[in-house]
Amino acid sequence: MKSVSELLAADGSHENWIPLLDTAAKEVFELMLGCQLTAAATTEEINMDVTAMVGLAGQLCGVLSVRCDQKAATLMTSKMLGVALDKVGREVADALGEVCNMVAGNFKNKIAGLAEGCLLSPPTVITGSDYNLHCMADSPAIEIRMLFESMPIAISLQIHS
Amino acid sequence: MSIRALIVDDSSVMRKIVERSLRQAGIDLSEVFQAGNGAEALGVLKESTVDLILCDINMPVMDGLEFVKQLPAVENAKGVPVVMITTEGSEAHVVQALSAGARGYIRKPFTPEQVKEHVLPVLAGKS
Repeated sequence: MKSVSELLAADGSHENWIPLLDTAAKEVFELMLGCQLTAAATTEEINMDVTAMVGLAGQLCGVLSVRCDQKAATLMTSKMLGVALDKVGREVADALGEVCNMVAGNFKNKIAGLAEGCLLSPPTVITGSDYNLHCMADSPAIEIRMLFESMPIAISLQIHS
Repeated sequence: MSIRALIVDDSSVMRKIVERSLRQAGIDLSEVFQAGNGAEALGVLKESTVDLILCDINMPVMDGLEFVKQLPAVENAKGVPVVMITTEGSEAHVVQALSAGARGYIRKPFTPEQVKEHVLPVLAGKS
């Protein structure tokens, strides 16, 4: 396990964080939703109208977000709660926020020193797609695209150095 | 044996998942109380007795560590085991939680098997 300072110093673009983010997300979906995330073949932008965000502060500052469309968010909620799709109601935002929270927590726990040196904010969830997110991070975001039950999801981490 | 559990988490989805995991672990729940933060949980304990408390750490109003620290002063909570369930996975957090009085620690994400593995010994008084 590498330390946060080693990882930050090794690559200014933070490309070396991608496998950790990938593993963190896959573990959350496997353990909490009972399904496998698979690699997305394309990074083509599609309409992702549910966005969950968790802020990171401390040794690592930034924002981790999980984006998907409403159908995927509803299916995630259904799988997390173990209820039929038509029984899913207002819990969708709560569920996606928890997914984002667990991915962020699992990600930071994979980096030596970061588990205790970085705090997470409560999740924030935005629904709708007609908005621009202006993150004050000063380095490029890293982003992974995956398929959840054949539906695309995007997980990104914007980092303040 | 049938038990009464208090689940404390600011996410209602997570509270439901924890309850389901307890049932999947074969724990017979006669009653489940829920609270969205430590302060609400203290309010529940003023009115009710429980046999087990499962508690998140990061919550608004009163976090899980503060809640656990306040439990010795609550008559209905005396001797009731607390298991933390949280995304905070550092050894420092585990030590803090156990020092504050928690008897178990489960990291999110978790499986029902992990809940069983951590909760059953606590209920049996072995942890």
